[in-house]
Amino acid sequence: MFKIKEKTNLAHDVHSMVVDAPYVARKALPGQFVILRYGEEGERIPLTIADSDPDEGSVRLIFQEVGKSTMMYGGLSAGDSFDDLVGPLGIPSHLEKLGLVVCVGGGIGIAPIHPVARGFKEAGSKVVSILGARSKKLLILEEEMKKGSTEVKICTDDGSYGEKGFVTNLLEDMIKKGEPIDLVMAIGPVPMMEAVSRLTKPYEIKTLVSLNPIMVDGTGMCGACRVTVGDEIKFVCVDGPDFDGHKVDFEELRVRQRMYLKDEREAIEALTYIGE
Amino acid sequence: MTETKEKIPRQGMPEQAPEERKTNFTEVPLGYSPETAMLEAQRCIQCKKPRCVAGCPVGIDIPGFIKAIEDGDFASSIKILKENNALPAVCGRVCPQEDQCEILCVIGVKEEPVAVGRLERFAADWEMAQKGSDLPEVAPPTGKKVAVVGAGPAGLTVAGDLIVKGHEVTVFEALHKPGGVLVYGIPEFRLPNEIVDYEINNLESLGVKVIPNVVVGRTFTIRELMEEEGFDTVFLGVGAGLPWFMGIPGENLNGVYSANEYLTRANLMRATRFPKYDTPIMRGKRVAVIGGGNVAMDAARTALRMGSESIVVYRRSRNEMPARIEEIHHAEEEGIEFHFLCNPTRILGDDEGSVKAMECIQMELGEPDDSGRRRPVPIKGSEFIMDVDVVIVSVGTGASPLLTQSTPGLELNKWGYVEVDEKTGATSLPGVYAGGDIVRGAATVILAMGDGRLASRAMNAYIMGEELETESEE
Repeated sequence: MFKIKEKTNLAHDVHSMVVDAPYVARKALPGQFVILRYGEEGERIPLTIADSDPDEGSVRLIFQEVGKSTMMYGGLSAGDSFDDLVGPLGIPSHLEKLGLVVCVGGGIGIAPIHPVARGFKEAGSKVVSILGARSKKLLILEEEMKKGSTEVKICTDDGSYGEKGFVTNLLEDMIKKGEPIDLVMAIGPVPMMEAVSRLTKPYEIKTLVSLNPIMVDGTGMCGACRVTVGDEIKFVCVDGPDFDGHKVDFEELRVRQRMYLKDEREAIEALTYIGE
Repeated sequence: MTETKEKIPRQGMPEQAPEERKTNFTEVPLGYSPETAMLEAQRCIQCKKPRCVAGCPVGIDIPGFIKAIEDGDFASSIKILKENNALPAVCGRVCPQEDQCEILCVIGVKEEPVAVGRLERFAADWEMAQKGSDLPEVAPPTGKKVAVVGAGPAGLTVAGDLIVKGHEVTVFEALHKPGGVLVYGIPEFRLPNEIVDYEINNLESLGVKVIPNVVVGRTFTIRELMEEEGFDTVFLGVGAGLPWFMGIPGENLNGVYSANEYLTRANLMRATRFPKYDTPIMRGKRVAVIGGGNVAMDAARTALRMGSESIVVYRRSRNEMPARIEEIHHAEEEGIEFHFLCNPTRILGDDEGSVKAMECIQMELGEPDDSGRRRPVPIKGSEFIMDVDVVIVSVGTGASPLLTQSTPGLELNKWGYVEVDEKTGATSLPGVYAGGDIVRGAATVILAMGDGRLASRAMNAYIMGEELETESEE
């Protein structure tokens, strides 16, 4: 059992949990994820590791309530336990000293980009982070990102905080100003990662995206997480999660993520019906 | 005396009727009664030099355990089985006996061979029904630590063999439940989960520690297990890796599964009981399974039980199917449609990216290929469209890259599987052994167990600093 040591609410339906997982904490590196399972009937849910503390033997996970499982997780408190937590999975992000790295985090994607930004900064890179959210109250980890970056730019869809507009607007400004960007790292909703990749492609700015497709085992056995990258089939759980954004077939990924939409609705209805 | 024995016909296995079983997930063969088992056991003529034993990858004393059944001494029978087989209830159900022990049975020359598998299952089930099995004796502690990576048939065999030698044995499993292919792959109508749980409980009662949720290669490296965690030897039984797809257009459409994924959802995750269980699965109206192996049969029969029309598409003819005859037979009885000499060329999707049909081409058999089977060749212009909404690809699996990525010095063969010494299972790393699908590619439960058996002897010798005795009769 993997005990929840701390739980905080970061925004409307976004939660942060610190979970006891000594083996995972010792090994976790930025970019890696875990798979969680709660309850006898629970499904296996992949979540990126937002932070890890090897001394405390814990990992921090940040998630948004989007389906039945994450809604259930949202109802858990400190002291409750996950039945299963396995990891760290995936290949860690390649952190190195570069001139200028732009880390783009959209919505809940700010959580996984945070350790990446911090890692690049610690490696000696200049890190500009561009954070986007629908509105001010949904923006998470602003303080942490400020600490982990050289500079932070913020935008909201409704203009309630920072610039009004999308992360691509701010990134485009930087590109147009001729800032010498060595790498763009983008994590967020698929349309955002696609838009960022489309923007940087004509400028030939190396762009990495972190993909979060549907997974089952997460250890390279089932093939559920396959994506098309260039003309190759890649398995996100063992080949990723970071891929060249200029080569990812985002349209296919978007369609595949909708595979169980109907079932997800049914599961949520069943959950509310039982009234648990 | 021999003459009278040969007059007893091979005893049939009582089974759930096809009409009934195709709507449930409970086991199809129901097992022998004690009377039937004793009658069948009488058919064994107790050869002085039993050929059947030579066909058994773990070298069970087959005439010995059958004699005990004949005598009605079921307790001795299971004891004899367990001397060489850690998982008799599993093997009695899923071993391809018809290609191993039974094919060599002398009785089989003139009539049907002795039903070794059914008798093995009988003895194991009898013991389970007694509640509280007779555990083998464990040797005094040696102070040596053994790590087994992967709680499937190979790993569990090693664990069972080495715990009784007095070693401290820890089994690490990547998934949340131990059993490997026995729980994620093989469906309950062939191997009920409670049987696997029972066997694992027995191992735990002997002192084996089973730790789920550990991915060796990620959570620990092999080097860390040996240098930091203090294990004296490591067995790698991590199983098969990534599924192969066919490389045809449309394979990433929604509704296309690897057999691994489909079966994992249905078995391990219990998606057949969605939404009570949280993991969903697509229930097609018409499901096509591509391939002709046991895994393909399992997938097709699972789809049928979820209420789909179920079709098997295989590019060779019935004679070349690698699946067990019994499985093919069961599938046919249940009403699964077989399309032989038929190969998919592309999968067609609707506007939403979901499967709506599959284009196939007719094949004919040409010259034999490397495997000795006649190579299927497409017949030009014979393409046709098959209406299906779920496609399950069951054409094999490759090597898992996870372990090998993180283990410098571990030698692999050209297919990416772990290279081992055939007689000992030793890898290129001292103290590290391997067996099962990570060595063989996709094979069977019993071959994995045979590998485990071989490796456990070598591992025991290695940690005890003893010379490995080579047993000539094997």
